[in-house]
Amino acid sequence: MEPIKKHEGLVYPLNRANVDTDQIIPKQFLKRIERQGFGEFLFYNWRFTDDGKEKPEFSLNDQKYVGASILVAGENFGCGSSREHAPWALQDYGFKVIIAPSFADIFYNNCTKNGILPIRLNESNTEELIEKSENRQYRITVDLQEQQITDSQGFSADFDLPAYQKEMLLNGWDEIAVTLNYEQDIADYESSH
Amino acid sequence: MSKPKTIIEKIWERHVVHQEQDKPDLLYIDLHLVHEVTSPQAFEGLRMKNRNVRRPELTYATMDHNVPTKHRNIIKDAISKKQMQTLKDNCKEFGISLADIDHPDQGIVHVIGPELGLTQPGKTIVCGDSHTSTHGAFGALAFGIGTSEVEHVLATQTLWQVPPKSLNVQVNGKLGKGVTSKDLILAIIAKFGVRFGTGYVIEYTGEAIRELTMEERMTVCNMSIEAGARAGLISPDDNTVEYLRGRRHVPQDQEAYEAISKEWKALATDPGAVYDATVVIDAEEIEPQVSWGTNPGMCIPVSASVPDPIHAETTSKKEEIERALEYMDLEPGQRMDTVPIEHVFIGSCTNSRLSDLRRAANVIRGKKVHKKVQAIVVPGSFSVKAAAEAEGLDVIFTQAGFEWRDAGCSMCLAMNDDIVPPGERCASTSNRNFEGRQGNGARTHLVSPEMAAAAAIEGHFVDVRKFTEATMQS
Ligand code: SF4
Repeated sequence: MEPIKKHEGLVYPLNRANVDTDQIIPKQFLKRIERQGFGEFLFYNWRFTDDGKEKPEFSLNDQKYVGASILVAGENFGCGSSREHAPWALQDYGFKVIIAPSFADIFYNNCTKNGILPIRLNESNTEELIEKSENRQYRITVDLQEQQITDSQGFSADFDLPAYQKEMLLNGWDEIAVTLNYEQDIADYESSH
Repeated sequence: MSKPKTIIEKIWERHVVHQEQDKPDLLYIDLHLVHEVTSPQAFEGLRMKNRNVRRPELTYATMDHNVPTKHRNIIKDAISKKQMQTLKDNCKEFGISLADIDHPDQGIVHVIGPELGLTQPGKTIVCGDSHTSTHGAFGALAFGIGTSEVEHVLATQTLWQVPPKSLNVQVNGKLGKGVTSKDLILAIIAKFGVRFGTGYVIEYTGEAIRELTMEERMTVCNMSIEAGARAGLISPDDNTVEYLRGRRHVPQDQEAYEAISKEWKALATDPGAVYDATVVIDAEEIEPQVSWGTNPGMCIPVSASVPDPIHAETTSKKEEIERALEYMDLEPGQRMDTVPIEHVFIGSCTNSRLSDLRRAANVIRGKKVHKKVQAIVVPGSFSVKAAAEAEGLDVIFTQAGFEWRDAGCSMCLAMNDDIVPPGERCASTSNRNFEGRQGNGARTHLVSPEMAAAAAIEGHFVDVRKFTEATMQS
C-alpha cells in the first residue's frame, strides 16, 4: 500500500453520527471481485436518486467539495458490516484521511490496511473542523509523523493512534510480508498445539 | 492459587504466537470461515504475491449472501454469478472445503459453523463478516474481519491483535413469558447504545443467560456487533456440551468427548475474575421489542410510542431522530402497535434456526397471513430446512400463506432477488435496520420470530403475548 506521511487537502464535512458501511457502499455494489472502481458508488443512496441522477441536496454533490480528500464526520463512523468495500470506495473516490470522534473497530482496522489514515479527534476539535468547512472551502494539513492537524489560520490539534498502525501507515508496509518474518514462531506454535 | 481469569483472557493466552512491546500480539486463528462476498479480493491478493493458503484444513467456505432462495440454480445477475463461481474456483485452487449452493451442508455461514460442530469452545474464529460474533455463544473468541485480514489469515493463519478489554453484560433475573433472547439483545442495545461495546469483547453473564438454549444464545451473541463489540461470548456449560455432542467435527468417541468437554467447561470465567467494565440489566423489565428507526439501538417495547425528537438531549441526537423518522415515515408519538406492515421476513443468522422456526410456527398455526402482507421464511441452512420439514413446519407456514424458501441470507441484506420495495415496511427477524438494508428505500423493523409471525397475521405490529392469549380464547 501507499505510505502516507503528510497530507494537505480539502475538507468535506459529513455532520452525522453512526454512518454505517451500508450507507458508505450499499450492498448492490458488493458483487464485484476487484478492489478498484468502488468510488463512483460511494454513499450511493444518499448521492443519487433511483434513476441515477445526482441529488443536489446531498452535500458531497456540492461543487465546493469537488476534490475533497479529508472527510470529517460524527461519532461511530463506519459501524455495521465488516465490508472492506467501504474504505475501498472512500479511497477510490479520493479520500485519504478520515476524522471522527470515534470509529467502529473493524472499519478503523480496514482503513489502516489500505493506507487511509483514520484519526480519532476529540469532539470539540471535530466540531470546529465541521463548522469551518460547512459553508466554504477549507483546507488542513495532517502530519502523521507529528500526529498533528493544522490549518493556515492557526488551528492546531494533536491526535493519538497506536504505534503499530502509525508505523504501518508511514511505511506503507505489506503486513503479510511483515508477519512472514515470524514464520518460525508460527511453525513452533503449530507444532506445540 | 493463580489469579482468577475471564474466559477472554484464557482463550487469548492460549493463542499468542508472538508478543513484544508496543505491538499488538500475533494471535493464532483456529477456524477461518469464508463466504463469497468478502473473499475474492483476498484470494486475488494471494495470487498476485504468489502466496499460498497456510492451513486449508482450518478454512471452511460456503455461499450464502448472493444465493437465490427460490429457483435455486437460476442466478439472473451475472455479477452475482461470477462472484459465486470465483469462490468455487478459489476453493478448488487452494484446497478449501466448500459447501456449495446445492451442497447439503450449505447455509448461512454463522448457522452452519455451529451445526457442523466446527464452532467449539476455546477456539479463535474469524470470518470476513461482522456477525462472526455469533459463534461466541459457544465460548469461542469469534470476530469479524475485513478482506485484507482475510488475506492475512489465509496466508499466515494469524492476526495482529491488541488484547481486548472485557465488558461484562450481566442479565439478572428471568425473561418473562413470550419475551425472547432477541428482545433481550435489542433491549440491551436500546438501553446502552450502538457503541457501548466499541473496543471491548462482551461476555454475557447472569441468570437469564444461563437459562437460554444454545440457539437463543446465538441470537444474543450475533448482535454484539450492533453494540459496537467485535465479539461477544458466553462461558461454556452443560448446554454447550450437549448441543455439540455428536456433531460432525467434534470427537465422536464418548470418552474423548467427555475429556474435551471437561476442558471446555474449565474455560468458563473464574469466580472473582475482573472485567474492565460491567453493565447490568434486569431481564424482568424487558418487553417484546420493535425497532422504530435506522439503527438497532432505536428500539422500543411494542406497547410504547415512537419517540419525539423534541425530547432529545442534544441537537445532533435530535437531528438523528428526525432523519430516522423521516426515512421510516413515522410520526412522533405514534403507537408502535398501530404501524401497518407489508412484508414479513423470518430468517437471517440471527433467527433462522430450527427453534426460531418452531416458535414462529406455533404463533401462526391454523391462521392466515393478512391479505396485505407478503411473508417469507428462509431457513438458515439446508439442514435446518430438512429438519423443519421433517416435523411439518413447512406445511404450517405454507398453509398460513408464507412462502417457504431455500437457505441463504436473502432479505437480510437483499443482495439476491429477495428485496423489499421502496417505501414499504418489513417486520424482519434480522439484525440491521439501516437505511436501504433490505432494499433501497425499504423500511425495516427488527423483531423476534414470534413478533414477526404475529405481525404477519394481523397486518401490523402487535404484542405477541396478547395475540397468543386472544387467539387461544377465540
Ligand atoms: S444473514 Fe444477514 S447479517 Fe447474517 S451473514 Fe447473512 S447478510 Fe450478514
